[in-house]
Order: sequence, then C-alpha cells, then structure tokens
Amino acid sequence: MQELFNIFIRSIFIDNMVFAYFLGMCSFLAVSKTVNTSVGLGIAVVFVLGITVPVDYLLNEYVLKAGALAWLDESLADMDLSFLSFIMFIAIIASMVQLVEMVVEKFSPALYSSLGIFLPLIAVNCAILGGSLFMQEREYQTVAQATVFGIGSGIGWFLAIVGIAAIREKMRYSNIPAPLRGLGITFILTGLMGIAFMSFLGIKL
Amino acid sequence: MSTAKQEREPLFSSKNRKLLTSPLNLNNPITVQVLGVCSALAVTAKLKPAFVMAISVTVVTALSNYIISLLRNGIPPRIRIIVQLVIIALLVIVVDQLLKAYVYDVSKQLSVFVGLIITNCIVMGRLEAFAMSNKPWPSLLDGIGNGLGYGMILMIIGFFRELFGSGSLWGFPVIPQSFYEMGYKNNGFMILPPMALILVGIIIWVQRSRNKELLEEN
Repeated sequence: MQELFNIFIRSIFIDNMVFAYFLGMCSFLAVSKTVNTSVGLGIAVVFVLGITVPVDYLLNEYVLKAGALAWLDESLADMDLSFLSFIMFIAIIASMVQLVEMVVEKFSPALYSSLGIFLPLIAVNCAILGGSLFMQEREYQTVAQATVFGIGSGIGWFLAIVGIAAIREKMRYSNIPAPLRGLGITFILTGLMGIAFMSFLGIKL
Repeated sequence: MSTAKQEREPLFSSKNRKLLTSPLNLNNPITVQVLGVCSALAVTAKLKPAFVMAISVTVVTALSNYIISLLRNGIPPRIRIIVQLVIIALLVIVVDQLLKAYVYDVSKQLSVFVGLIITNCIVMGRLEAFAMSNKPWPSLLDGIGNGLGYGMILMIIGFFRELFGSGSLWGFPVIPQSFYEMGYKNNGFMILPPMALILVGIIIWVQRSRNKELLEEN
C-alpha cells in the first residue's frame, strides 16, 4: 500500500510527464489557450493513461518480454518479443482512444465538440506512449503498480495543462514584446514552471 | 483536350528546393509549426545524442513520407491513421535496432525517446499535411527538409546546453582550464530540461523579430 502511494505521488509531482520529461508538449501548447478545453483534454488523458498502461503491462508481462510466453508452452520460454512492443502498444492506444471517443460522444456531446480534433490526437500524444514505455523500462511488479502509475501520470499532465492555461488567460492582459507574444512566452513560462516543479526533486520517496 | 504529355518536373526545381529550405526558417517544424517539441527538449543536454536523434527523425520522416505517398491512393480513409502508425512504427523499430547495434551508449541515453519518434508530431503532421496529397519525390524532399529544420534547432539547443552546462562540445572539453582556475563554473542549470524550453522561447523571439510575417495576431 505504501509502495502504491509512493508511486502515485512520484508520478504526479516528481516524474511529472510535462515538466520532468516534456511529453505531450504539442497538444499541451496548442490546447492550453483556455482553461475549459484544457480541463476536458486533461481528463481524457487521465482516462486513456489509466486504461492503456495496465493493459500494456499485462501484454508486456504475458506476451512480450523475454521468457514471457512460458505459460503457453514450455518450448517458447526463451522467446523475446520485446522488439514488437512499439507496435503492440500503439495498437492498444489507438483502439482505446477510439473507445474513449465513442464514450465521450455518447455521454457528453458538448465536451466532444469543444475538444474537436484533439480527442483523436490523444492517440499520438507522446505522453500516452511514453507512459507505457516508462512502465516497461521501470519494470513495475504488479498490475496495481502499473495502474497507479498510469493514473498518476495522467493527473500530473492534467495539473500541468490546467496550470499553464490559467496563466496564459491572465497573460493576455500583459504587455509582452510582439515577437515574444503567444508561443514564445508560453515556452518560457513552461520552462519556469519546470524549474518550480524541480523543487519536488528533494522529496525522498 | 490537350494531347501534350505533362512535362516531368526536374528533380531539383525551385519548387522542390523550397521544400528543403523552407523548414529551415519560415516553416520550421519546432518554432513555427509547433511539432516535435517533446523530444527536442529532452535529448539536447549534450550535442551527440541531439545529433543522433536528429538523424533518426530525419530518416523516419523522409522514408515514411515517401512510403505513404506511394500508397496514398490505395489507403481507405477509415483506417488511415492505423496504416500510418504501422508504417512509422516499423521504421522506428528498424532505426532503434540499428542504433542499439552501432551506437549503444547513445541509444541508452536516448532511452524511450527513440520509441517516441512514433508519436513525434512532425512525422504524423507531415504525413497528413503533405504526403497524403503529394507525389513521392516531393514528399521525400519535404520529409528531409523538415528533419533538417528539426535537427538544426536541436543542434542549436544542444550546442548552448553542452557548452555552458558541461564546458564541452561533443564530449571534448573546450573551456580552457585557466577559466576554471579563475573561478568560472559550469552552469548546472543548462543540463536541466527547463533551460531547453527557455532557449526555444529565445530562439522564437529572435526568429520572429527578424521575420515580421511570423508574428501572432493577439
């Protein structure tokens, strides 16, 4: 239980997808103009990460990694299919996003139309594939750990995008030099927020 | 109806040359199209991984542009994204295996970011914006051009980060020992990722000051 809590807190603040690893920057920069769309996209990302990371964990554990196929047949015990990880993970992600898109369209048409093209674009959001690849690299031991990591990473991304959207909405009334307005100042702001999040590095978990 | 055969455009006509040069400045994938930002920031602490990453992305973008352009008339619209992702994933697997074989230490430094080339927005972005509606040779050039534009920004960021952060370039120390003795210290901040973001912001500032047409409306 303690281990799960540690992973959860670590993935939100210390290993934050945006500020520590810079994943999901493209949609982060493009959607963060208003807080409302950012909240919608953030929740969708939490949902997708929370589902794809455990599913990919199971796939990795029982099919892909070295010696994983031993449960099927003893003779397959020395097969290592991990080179297929990329393509299998991305297939899971693409289908999960399609599922999420259908669910959102059914239960919240307003959110669906306000997100527009960015909902299907979650499939190629590097944060999603990155979540699965980090899960594979860090070799979590159980499905529970993988799930907690997935949801925590999603919440970290959600915090980041809502934070920068709130700042950008306020920045519209500031007197920024013309060449720096819009994209330039957003990059610098994100860098400053990244420096702020580095204060979490001292926490020993 | 004209019976004249359509002239084949010369391989390096000015239109095709523009495909190679415009991503270097006015249509730069990172600073103008806002694509491929994630990996650009994460791998540029030193010049060597930045260079390897730039080459890998250029290869994947160029080849996937070429292949998808060849297939563009035969792909059913409904499964378009899946076909694109499959082609890209296959190319990245090949590149990843090559990197592990020939430059193992750099591939360890790049870790998950080689796999993340699959979701690198530049690759998908150029496929959708260009390769799906253009001929194979221009698509190949467009892929190479965008890869070079991306690579150029990566090298600039990597140059400053390694120079000020580690006092070296490509692993070779360049700051003379006498500087260190006088009290100069490496700027540890440069090695950390947030500085890369601030550097990109400054690059955008410089680029937009010199090219007025890139200024945003608000």
